Amino acid sequence: MRGARSLLRLGLAMGAFLVLVAVIGPTVAPYDPAAPVAPQLAEPLPPAAPFYLGTDDLGRDVLSRLLYGARISLLVGVVAMAVTMVIGTAIGLGAGYFGGGVDVVLMRITDVMLAFPGLLLAVALVAVLRPSVWTIFVVIGLVSWTGVARVIRSEVLSLRERDFVLAARALGARHGRILRRHVLVNVVPTILVIAALSTSGTILLDAGLSFLGIGVPPPTSTWGRMIQEATAYYRVAPWLMLFPGAAVLYAVLTFNFIAYGLAGDGRAPGA
Amino acid sequence: MRYLIGRLLWALLILVGTTAITFAIVFLVPGDPARVVAGPRADAATIASIRRELALDLPVPVQYGRYVARLVRGDLGRSYATREPVAEILARRLPSTALLAATGLGIAIVIGLAGGLVTAPLAGTWVDRAALVSSLALLSAPVFWLGMLALYYVGYRWRLLPLGGAGDVRHLVLPALVLGSGTGVYYARLLHTNLVGVLGADYVRAARARGASELRVVAVHALRNASLPLLTVIGLDFAALLNGVVLTETVFHWPGLGRLAFDAVLSLDVPVIMGTVLLSAFLVVASNLAIDLLYRVVDPRIRLG
Repeated sequence: MRGARSLLRLGLAMGAFLVLVAVIGPTVAPYDPAAPVAPQLAEPLPPAAPFYLGTDDLGRDVLSRLLYGARISLLVGVVAMAVTMVIGTAIGLGAGYFGGGVDVVLMRITDVMLAFPGLLLAVALVAVLRPSVWTIFVVIGLVSWTGVARVIRSEVLSLRERDFVLAARALGARHGRILRRHVLVNVVPTILVIAALSTSGTILLDAGLSFLGIGVPPPTSTWGRMIQEATAYYRVAPWLMLFPGAAVLYAVLTFNFIAYGLAGDGRAPGA
Repeated sequence: MRYLIGRLLWALLILVGTTAITFAIVFLVPGDPARVVAGPRADAATIASIRRELALDLPVPVQYGRYVARLVRGDLGRSYATREPVAEILARRLPSTALLAATGLGIAIVIGLAGGLVTAPLAGTWVDRAALVSSLALLSAPVFWLGMLALYYVGYRWRLLPLGGAGDVRHLVLPALVLGSGTGVYYARLLHTNLVGVLGADYVRAARARGASELRVVAVHALRNASLPLLTVIGLDFAALLNGVVLTETVFHWPGLGRLAFDAVLSLDVPVIMGTVLLSAFLVVASNLAIDLLYRVVDPRIRLG
């Protein structure tokens, strides 16, 4: 459908800009994101040249911090998405393809995970593993694979009964080969849609963890962290939360556009 | 009946599973609850005696066994921090979280129904496309950021509503709206998709052919079938709603369970952590069960078995 294709194109264009900012952000940033650069340090300065997005309570330039933060924010989203997709796809494939007891056990585990309050689980896991970028990747993956597993499983359940799979099995192909050559390749379109969707989910979850104060640890300035630091000043210096929040929204919207564009005709993917 | 018993047993098993996992995670945390309880200036002897008093010196599986044994008798233990029974703390915090979550969910369902019904007949038009893009924008905004924007404009600049906290209904408006709107536009999108699919079905065309009004066709014939998948999603989404509750409560200083659980994790207050996780897992499991049974009411074709 035309609408879906233009949505996809818009999403890809926004994504290209996001990647560009992540790559060259630190080069084009006007100031050092960690250095106090404002003439007076006591209070945040509102947006005005030469600090186009204002400065924070420590006299740091908001624009520079945003530009530096793009790389880490995008990286967390994409890597955590990859972890999510690997776990979810493996469990979904296994449950759907083998069926029977394997399916029951895997789906029961999924049910238990679904009953957990994900954000609290993430908080507890971060406490266990100690905060670091790597911890955030793994923890977000561990708490968000369930949706992926369910969708993949239901796709595989119907694929398993298709003639080409039966034919491959009749020809004596091993499970590994059937899974790779016949099942997985046919799930790829679905995987692409969920991958885009889950990237927007992981970016939001990462921002939420940062907002609770347990995201990627300092001195790295992620967008979620900037919002969290801005909470104390939201009345006197609303620009401190406005711009990083808008940056998160932009990144999440990019991947939502891509997901809805790939899924076609504006239907909610993954449901 | 047999179906129901099976479902209940399974629900019980899920709850046991969540307690075991939570217990394991909590005791893997590289911190010592006894040290946290004793405070920063306590000497080794005090910490040791607190550890004995809280039975933290026993092996973790034994502690878990004792916890479950007490749980079966309805005893959730006492908070390490305040020595208050966990059941009492939960009972005190639950009403405000339930109020927030229920209002948020209500708002979400109203937005979902209205949005779906209005946009489905307009599928393919520019209105529909504009609705899609703006719903996606709302879905993409971090919920806590929406909360801060609402506090800044509605609460601080326009002085229409209080700046967080709990009290009367005016305190409830912003957090409930922030919590419910994102979920609402998502529901609207789902209903939209289902309605568009159903509107071409034979029985809908038959109803039209009989001369039923467009309102009756959409609201009675199509909606009934289109809302079925939505029910499942509302049930599954309940856990996601609870995530939103933690963040919303934090932004609005809403004295509920989400904030309680978060603080308990940070201070290693094991009984409180266990209590809140168990309660929210119970809510998720119960809502899924309720949705399953509700299916039967909405769609008599489904036979549970």
